[in-house]
Amino acid sequence: MTAAPLLVPPDLGPPAAPAAHGLGLTKVYGAGDTRVVALDHVDVSFPRGRFTAIMGPSGSGKSTLMHCMAGLDALTEGRAWIGDTELSGLNDKHLTALRRDQVGFVFQTFNLLPTLSALENITLPLDIAGRKPDQLWLDTVVDELGLRPRLAHRPGELSGGQQQRVACARALASRPAIIFADEPTGNLDRKSGSDVLAFLRRSVRDMGQTVVMVTHDPGAAAYADRVLFLADGRLVDEMAEPTAERVLERMKAFEAEQRETAVL
Amino acid sequence: MWRTTLRSLLSHKLRLALSGLSIVLGVAFVVGTLVFTDTMGRTFRDLFEVTSADVNVVAAAAFDAGGTNPGAAVDTTVPESVVAEISAVDGVAVAEGNVQTAGVYVLDRDGKVLSTGGAPGIGISWDVAESVNPSTMVQGRPPARQGELALDTGTIEKSGYALGDTVALLTTGPRVEATLVGVFRFGSTGATAGASLTAFDTATAQLLLGKPGQFSGISVAAVDGVSDTELKGRVATALGPDYAVTTQLEEADAQTAALEQELAFFNVFLLVFAGVALFVGTFIILNTFSMLVAQRSKELALLRALGAGRAQVTRSVLLEALVLGVFGATVGLAGGLGIAAALRALFSSFGLTLDGSLVLSGSTVGWAYVVGVLVTLLAAYLPARRASRTAPVAAMSDVVSGPERSLRRRTVLGTLLGVVGVVALVLSSLTEQGSTAASWVGLAALSLVVGAIALSPVLAVPFLRTAGAVLPAVWGRTGHLARENALRNPRRTAATASALMIGLALVSAFSIVGTSTNASIDQLVSQGLRADFVVSTAVSQPFTPEVAQRLREVEGVQTVMQHRFGSVQVDGQQAYLTAVTADALDQTVALDYLSGSTAGLQRDGLLVDEPTAQAHGWTAGDAVEVLLPNGQRLVLTVSGVFATNQVVGSLVVALDSYEAAGGPPLDQYVYVGLADGTDAHSARPALQAAVADYPIVTLKDQGEFTDELQGSVDQVLLLINAMLALSVLIAVLGIVNTLALAVIERTREIGLLRAVGMARGQMRRMIRLESVVISLYGATLGLVLGVVLGIALSRSLSGLGITVVSVPLGRLALFLALAGVIGVFAAVWPARRAARLQVLDAIATA
Repeated sequence: MTAAPLLVPPDLGPPAAPAAHGLGLTKVYGAGDTRVVALDHVDVSFPRGRFTAIMGPSGSGKSTLMHCMAGLDALTEGRAWIGDTELSGLNDKHLTALRRDQVGFVFQTFNLLPTLSALENITLPLDIAGRKPDQLWLDTVVDELGLRPRLAHRPGELSGGQQQRVACARALASRPAIIFADEPTGNLDRKSGSDVLAFLRRSVRDMGQTVVMVTHDPGAAAYADRVLFLADGRLVDEMAEPTAERVLERMKAFEAEQRETAVL
Repeated sequence: MWRTTLRSLLSHKLRLALSGLSIVLGVAFVVGTLVFTDTMGRTFRDLFEVTSADVNVVAAAAFDAGGTNPGAAVDTTVPESVVAEISAVDGVAVAEGNVQTAGVYVLDRDGKVLSTGGAPGIGISWDVAESVNPSTMVQGRPPARQGELALDTGTIEKSGYALGDTVALLTTGPRVEATLVGVFRFGSTGATAGASLTAFDTATAQLLLGKPGQFSGISVAAVDGVSDTELKGRVATALGPDYAVTTQLEEADAQTAALEQELAFFNVFLLVFAGVALFVGTFIILNTFSMLVAQRSKELALLRALGAGRAQVTRSVLLEALVLGVFGATVGLAGGLGIAAALRALFSSFGLTLDGSLVLSGSTVGWAYVVGVLVTLLAAYLPARRASRTAPVAAMSDVVSGPERSLRRRTVLGTLLGVVGVVALVLSSLTEQGSTAASWVGLAALSLVVGAIALSPVLAVPFLRTAGAVLPAVWGRTGHLARENALRNPRRTAATASALMIGLALVSAFSIVGTSTNASIDQLVSQGLRADFVVSTAVSQPFTPEVAQRLREVEGVQTVMQHRFGSVQVDGQQAYLTAVTADALDQTVALDYLSGSTAGLQRDGLLVDEPTAQAHGWTAGDAVEVLLPNGQRLVLTVSGVFATNQVVGSLVVALDSYEAAGGPPLDQYVYVGLADGTDAHSARPALQAAVADYPIVTLKDQGEFTDELQGSVDQVLLLINAMLALSVLIAVLGIVNTLALAVIERTREIGLLRAVGMARGQMRRMIRLESVVISLYGATLGLVLGVVLGIALSRSLSGLGITVVSVPLGRLALFLALAGVIGVFAAVWPARRAARLQVLDAIATA
């Protein structure tokens, strides 16, 4: 942790600007009878150096929100920015470059290429870009995650928790403006899951990273600095300094509300 | 179960189309070959049956000279008196002597030889008796006296001559001009397979044959009620053993068989391709079904969980294969008819016209389905069995592909075959006898190719690790991933590469034989031939000795050597002899005498090459008896033994001795040597003028002669390169299939790569590099095999004149480069598919 002060992510634009933000985000799937509004005019902002969790029941649009903000999916309406780059104006080539250079990803499953070693997986986005990794930073991340003895192994030889930690290391390796994690602990046992979550929180607090995590687990959400609650494609609530109990309570309240609306 | 099967088939249209295509191609080649062979057989059998008399009589040959080279065979003839003998036999309605002589070419109005596309120009006598005449006069009247002729309908069409025109003819003897008095149709359709027929009256035809009072053969018609076989027996009894008597059927069979034998290589050629296509097809189908099964493992497990038995699951997969096989065979059958039609068109452009419709026999249809369905079922069986083994619970989880099976069995088998192949190669190089050596090479080829197929997954790993090291070095992580992807499933990579391997092994081996032949020709002419000019026909037709006579009279000409080939029997073994102008031999060919000299040749001498002398135990001074096909015996004295020489062959006699024994007075080659101080360039016009009256022959200096000989080799090479094109087509299909499946298999990986920032261009490059590396692997294996086999084959053919072994490195390098291009080409579509995958869809494919 001695290196912590060095580890401020570079190039985030004006200090006041958020790492990413969106205005009037709307995503509609299908048309006619099968028309589904997954996101309904959502305004959202992810401040720099903060750990944000997005929660909501299945079908609430939380994954869609993440995909649209990360440049994986196109918006039907609205505008999204990463740093001060607006996504909707970018073609596939620029969008790909933006994901590569500015965004880190941790998915729920299948994060790693089976043909590459752990180290090669970690440096993959940098290698694709043809850039040399910052060795000092890389060493810090690898040691922080305890991956040093595992670097030469292929994913098939790693446990699920180790695989997710390699994915975290990859997300951090290029010092992206923002990291999106989609249910990163969904497939892990409790111990491995809390290791990963603790690391994500450390990367925010000690290394100054920005992390956005989609989850439906109140326990996972408790690691975040704040929680956004989504329901039916709308942002319905926000909670700062969450604890698992408070999040759970809030979720229960939502479900009750929803049941009431359904009865009405 | 039927409905699920059909539905599953329809939902994988694209993949099935790819697998289906390989079956279609394989079946199409098999069907095309069979249909073409049947069509050819029927066409010619019909023709020969129509054109043979009930019973045919020719002089019995002393031995079967084999071969059809008109220059090599001594014409056997029947004296006129035999006709009367046959007419006296009970049951004979008509017996008529006929004359048939090759080398009668019609000149067009411009004085150029009317092209027959390689088919012979035949002069015949017009049979007066209709019952033995295969032709029918359709215009004008039969030729009745010298100065008149009739032409067949096909020749009239090509030349545009009309009745009353003066037609110039080129014969082995003098150039002839005659008036066209009639047009006749040969057989029932007029089809002559490209040959031109010129009919004369019998006496004129005999003159052309050079044997007045002699016939080529006698056609006999039976009276009603006497069968051909019966009449044949009676005629044979009457004539004794000096004559060969055949019935119409026997004659038609013999001629058809002879023709089919000549074209047999072509069928082998096609069947090799059918084999390659089916072999590759098997792998493609295996790949496809493995994929389908892996992808549907959950669905199959669900079926099992719901109570479907193992056998039912296997059956449902095999049922899909069956439907695919039947479908592929049906389309292949249609494609085969197309191939046969294309072959027919190709042959007719060479002058071998096949008339009538294509023959689709029941057995051809049967083979199409047997091959198509069997191959498909065989290929689908393994995946089907694997499908049935998936435990209901295991398949519900996420793992799709099982562990890689061990390659040990393949390693053992491949190594064993490799050892057999190498031993056979060593034996072939130790064997002196050409034919034995060639069969050792054949064994070596078979075991090495099969061994290479067995070993190729094993060899793929070191190849991709070493040669593939270029990829990460040049293309960074993209290249690295491409190599690792190719390494993932060595069996699949090897199977995919095998089509190119087989194709390139064949093509490079034959290329080496071809260039070695050309190099040998070059060496032969430049080192073995002292003559300044060579005169010969382009199609190895013999020609009149008048040409040599005219050349002798040209100023500046020192020596003229006439050169003829003859088929003979020595010590009961068939052999070729060459007859040469004895006193010109030394100035024409550089012979290296081990004992004796040319001097003795004049007086019934015989020169033999060393291997022949050793084989027969002859030394200079020994008396040797040589039997000619006409039954004449030549008693010769061995007067010299020389080191092997490809120009003169193994047995050399004087022209006079050969002609005296009844050898035909026609030259195959005439060599011209100029006097010292005469410049070849300035002598040429006079020589050219001397042969101008004989358009069939051409005058060539050494360089031109070499080119002409090499030209025919190049033509064969061209045909072999067409082979390359076909195997390339099949190989591309295999690579496309493998890559397409890989892209589907790796959808999530592709999605992940795209998510973390791999651009579409990089994605395409990754697939392309994988494709190229697979192609290059196949090409490298094929080239190594081809070079080894090509050299061995060339060496084993040293007896046939391949004295120099030459490896066309440039061409082989071109093949390798071509393989790379093929890889790029094959990757286009799968790469585009991969690049177009939507990132989210790909990630979501859980």
